[in-house]
Amino acid sequence: MRSLKSAILSAAVALGLAGAAQASEAVHIPKQEWAHSGVFGTIDKASAQRGFQIYKEVCSTCHSAKLVPIRTLAGIGFSEDELKAIAAGYEVQAGPNDAGEMFMRPGIPADRFPSPFPNDNAARAANNGALPPDLSLIAKARVGGEDYLYAFLTGFEENPPEGVTLMPGMNYNKYFPGHQVGMPNILMPDGVTYADGTPATVQQQAHDISAFLTFIAEPHMDARKQMGVKVILFLIVLAGLMYATKRKLWSTLH
Amino acid sequence: MAQAHAPQFKNPVVKWIDSRLPIFTMLDHEYNQYPMPRNVNYLWAFGAIAGIMLVIMIATGLVLAMQYAANTHIAFESVERIMRDVNYGWLLRYVHANGASMFFIAVYIHMFRGLYYGSYKAPREILWILGVLILLAMMATAFMGYVLPWGQMSFWGATVITNLFSAFPLVGDPIVTWLWGGFSVDNPTLNRFFALHFLLPFVLLGLVVLHTAALHVSGSNNPLGIDAKGPQDTVPFNPYVTVKDGFAVVVFLIFYAAFVFFAPNYLGHPDNYIPANPLVTPAHIVPEWYFLPFYAILRAIPDKLGGVLAMFGAIAVLAALPWLDTSKVRSCKFRPIYRQFFWILAIDALVLGYAGAMPAEGVWLLVARIGTAYYFFHFLILLPLLGKLERPLPLPASICEPVLKGGGRVAAGAHAKPMEKA
Repeated sequence: MRSLKSAILSAAVALGLAGAAQASEAVHIPKQEWAHSGVFGTIDKASAQRGFQIYKEVCSTCHSAKLVPIRTLAGIGFSEDELKAIAAGYEVQAGPNDAGEMFMRPGIPADRFPSPFPNDNAARAANNGALPPDLSLIAKARVGGEDYLYAFLTGFEENPPEGVTLMPGMNYNKYFPGHQVGMPNILMPDGVTYADGTPATVQQQAHDISAFLTFIAEPHMDARKQMGVKVILFLIVLAGLMYATKRKLWSTLH
Repeated sequence: MAQAHAPQFKNPVVKWIDSRLPIFTMLDHEYNQYPMPRNVNYLWAFGAIAGIMLVIMIATGLVLAMQYAANTHIAFESVERIMRDVNYGWLLRYVHANGASMFFIAVYIHMFRGLYYGSYKAPREILWILGVLILLAMMATAFMGYVLPWGQMSFWGATVITNLFSAFPLVGDPIVTWLWGGFSVDNPTLNRFFALHFLLPFVLLGLVVLHTAALHVSGSNNPLGIDAKGPQDTVPFNPYVTVKDGFAVVVFLIFYAAFVFFAPNYLGHPDNYIPANPLVTPAHIVPEWYFLPFYAILRAIPDKLGGVLAMFGAIAVLAALPWLDTSKVRSCKFRPIYRQFFWILAIDALVLGYAGAMPAEGVWLLVARIGTAYYFFHFLILLPLLGKLERPLPLPASICEPVLKGGGRVAAGAHAKPMEKA
């Protein structure tokens, strides 16, 4: 107890007060074009749907998205029937039943995406000790957001640069902080076959999955921006009226 | 200070209540007739803006508190439920989270306005000290609010800041254990921080009431820093200042809304979208931007206790400001030398803020040290000396003299117009 406490304390003080010594080897993250960027940008639903396909077929074998209810996908254009079909494709643990036992049932849209592993330790055990992070908020939890996700997914290099020795089981990534990452290069050309016929290049896949992850991290983004435009227009008009009133009123003083 | 005539209420209910409990007379006196110097500029609106921000924070915070669960197991998830499932929960949370930043922006501008125009000088010392207490209460509230989402920065920020108290000899460690309610930042810490985060805004509200009460004794300062000499120098608060402040509030809300709707996470840290993990320390632990100048001062001192004392000293020195500044002239307009040092101090505060965001090493550590030294030099050495050495420019005879070139009309409605509605 005491040693754990002092270890945490010294780590906190060293990192907090002295500041982190490393980390500042700044890697430039190239900016991508996103349909959802800017004041009037909205999520590219077709792209996000393709991204969902990649999530389902590729990412979700290791990564959870446990904060996201399946019904959230209505926001990228899936109909209610499609949502029911998607949900039914998952087995969800429920219960206990009258006999006191847990049982499996097909998912419904109100369920959250089931996780590939029962807990973090199981995830580590299956992944060479590395914990695949939950993807629910990943687009908001990384500096650079979706640009970083795209850069990361396209930033793997087969052979690390000279002088870099990878630890066993690690992979080299240009954009990952520290460059050594447990996750392998997972996106392959035509690794998925898109239902809409879009050629599945690595860049296209990285773009689509990043759009999808941006969407699940912030499902209300489109509504937020649309409300923002109305709110700001209203406030500008109100400010104009207030200013005119103020001018008129104060002019009686001089 | 104010005109002494009692308002005549037409509404019989208002009249009945007022003759037994004169709250309407008080409101009329303090917010309708209250004489404001007629030359105040838009910088004087930031007090009203800060007040509006406090109301917005309490209103959104109350609703968020109905949805939030202060338990380390579910706090992070409960915030995500607010974001995803609660009707307009994302709006409430972003208004609240960005509102903290906006509150600090308004208060910092309000404070620098006070510094520039000498609003802390006699007879406004207590008014100013109440303002410093408001700043302290805001800092405590904001710090504890940032802990509630229980992300990585919440946890590690709480660990670093509470550990500051361990710097005090003898009592330090017991204080930290007492603050935590255990031997590390954990569920008891989160629980009490939530309770205190709910309580402190009302303490803040009480301080604001006192701040306003003290203001209404001495009256508002103005850009010339001279006292109002009569009705020709002032306008009644309502409608002249209400509409002017109202316009300023709306412009400020546009700025605020731009963050809420288009860059809601710009002022936050991405690490706080990672659930708290006591076993993984983030590469950089940085506080919210409004703490950065103080964080730079904390880290600039090589000794831990010294750093903590310097950080608290940076705020304490503000409370002593009315006595450190020996000049009798309030406004910078008539203090040509102090005016230049004011701007150097403002730049110093920004530089300290930037240094606070950088790793405390190499050139940034040096910058933070120079900035810290200058900060204290400004308040402890420069201001006492400058008051004695500087020759201020001649002050105008009255407020309306430079404004109206020799006396003006009394503002319409300064004496007439009893309050029509309650």
